[in-house]
Amino acid sequence: MFPTPVQKTSSVTRLSYQALLPVALVLWLLPLIAVAVFSIRPDADFANANYWGWPSSFSFAENYGAVFFRSDMPRYLLNSVLITVPTVIGAVGLACMTGFALGVYRFKANLAVFFVFVAGNFVPFQILMVPVRELTLDLGLYDTKTGLVLFHVAFQAGFCTLFMRNFIRALPRELIEAARVEGVSEIRIFWYVVLPLMRPAIAALSVLIFTFVWNDYFWAIVLTQGVDTQPVTAGITAFNSQYRAAYHLMSAGSIVAALPPVLMFFLMQRHFIAGLTLGAVK
Amino acid sequence: MVAVATPPRGATRKAEAPTAFGGYWRRNQLALAPWLFLAPGALFFALYVVAPILQSFQISLYEWDGLGAKEWVGLRNYAELWWDDAFWTSLRNNVIWLVLYLLAIPAGLFIALFLNQTVAGIRIYKSLFFFPFVISQVVVGLVFSWFYDPTFGLFNEILGVFGLGPIAVLGDPTFVTYGIIAAGLWPQTAYCMILYLTGLNAVDPEQIEAGRLDGARGWRMLWYVVLPQLRPATFIAFVVTIIGALRSFDLVSVMTAGGPFGESRVLAYYMFEVALSEYGFRMGYGAAIAVVLFAIMMIYIAFFLAKMYRDERGA
Repeated sequence: MFPTPVQKTSSVTRLSYQALLPVALVLWLLPLIAVAVFSIRPDADFANANYWGWPSSFSFAENYGAVFFRSDMPRYLLNSVLITVPTVIGAVGLACMTGFALGVYRFKANLAVFFVFVAGNFVPFQILMVPVRELTLDLGLYDTKTGLVLFHVAFQAGFCTLFMRNFIRALPRELIEAARVEGVSEIRIFWYVVLPLMRPAIAALSVLIFTFVWNDYFWAIVLTQGVDTQPVTAGITAFNSQYRAAYHLMSAGSIVAALPPVLMFFLMQRHFIAGLTLGAVK
Repeated sequence: MVAVATPPRGATRKAEAPTAFGGYWRRNQLALAPWLFLAPGALFFALYVVAPILQSFQISLYEWDGLGAKEWVGLRNYAELWWDDAFWTSLRNNVIWLVLYLLAIPAGLFIALFLNQTVAGIRIYKSLFFFPFVISQVVVGLVFSWFYDPTFGLFNEILGVFGLGPIAVLGDPTFVTYGIIAAGLWPQTAYCMILYLTGLNAVDPEQIEAGRLDGARGWRMLWYVVLPQLRPATFIAFVVTIIGALRSFDLVSVMTAGGPFGESRVLAYYMFEVALSEYGFRMGYGAAIAVVLFAIMMIYIAFFLAKMYRDERGA
């Protein structure tokens, strides 16, 4: 193991390492801790410029209550869910098939098609912006959740295909060969042989795509407007202009907006990291 | 994963119906199946990603407000870019972003090395250090704009302790881009850290031991024994960091909207400003900016694909 495990060093090093850990963590998360502290301060503290002193009272319930019951935040959160969940299902579903096609079969255009998916996944959003907005307008889907979902599904399919194809490549080929020898049709091979083995990849991708799409801001402001359709990333800016200079509420709002992917990450940590670090180890 | 070489039960349950179509399908399914599976995903991707790229190239040759008729102007939009100060400011900032964003790689490696221990509770520390990456960039932007705020921001409180400041980082034309990049480095470093932690997990302990026997310690061990084994992690860290740097839109939009005096614009943001914001609906000019950004990105995409191609041939 590198660096040398602290257990093998002197007790001074070991103890100072363990003391340093929480200090380093607090420093690392300092900007976030500041916002968390703001979010439980009462209004009066900001009026009296008591920014960093001890809070005059703790207004956790009051501030977060305001976010949940007296603002559009729940609406935006619901929109985010209604955009994110169908996208995850759509993109991962499509990629199971494309990944299977590119991972299992050897045909001439295989690598070329694969590279188009990979390259498309890396292009800057701006090169797509004008035509995708036009397309969405033409389909009558501008300012609808469906319009946003369709684009996200198509775009995320690129990354998902890269991921699935590499995952399927690493599966034992003998399984598929054996099924073919037994005369199992290709569709059944996909459904009964390969799909069950893809479960870990599906889990990892779902968490990743959930986070990517939940956190999207650019497409939300390009393809939607207003409280009926916009997800929480775009809604938070509207929320902030509603509560201009009410920093306790804006802080609470930001924390609420950021929370779902954070929960997803902590609940599905292993899958999340497995997905993110695919290829980091040979 | 268990590699049992028999198909699971249920797979052979029912024979295909002996219709004419069934017969044709059975004879040709190896050739047809890949296209069948590929079709839905590929069509979607072609419609929403591949075709728009080509259309953007075409639109960049027109003057168009998004509603009325398109007017063919040839390369005039590109010629206009040449004389546009805002374009050069954006391009300069993109270069600054690209260079400084790469700091996320050594910083991530540093934190990964710091956390690569097995003391009690280390897993929670690793998760919490990774935490900034999971938060949306919009919230990161808000968090940092408050952090930098000259009246109540923690940043200036800290400067005050050293008798400095206050500096309105986001209101100052010289500091603003660096301030936004620092905010962007926060989640990006976390990402690189997790890549390196995974990489360090897979470092061969025997090689470390052999290195120790040869008297390699500290820096020399890191440079000659550990880093070569981390090469796959470093490669991915490079790719995601460069892409992240060129995609920098959310932070600029949330923290400064390109200001003050347009000094924090980047190409991604300037394009949006030109094509869709209150400054006007110049789709053609916006598309031309997007094409420039795309061309810069294409250098890295080509590099990445070339590497993948070599790996595929080698495999």
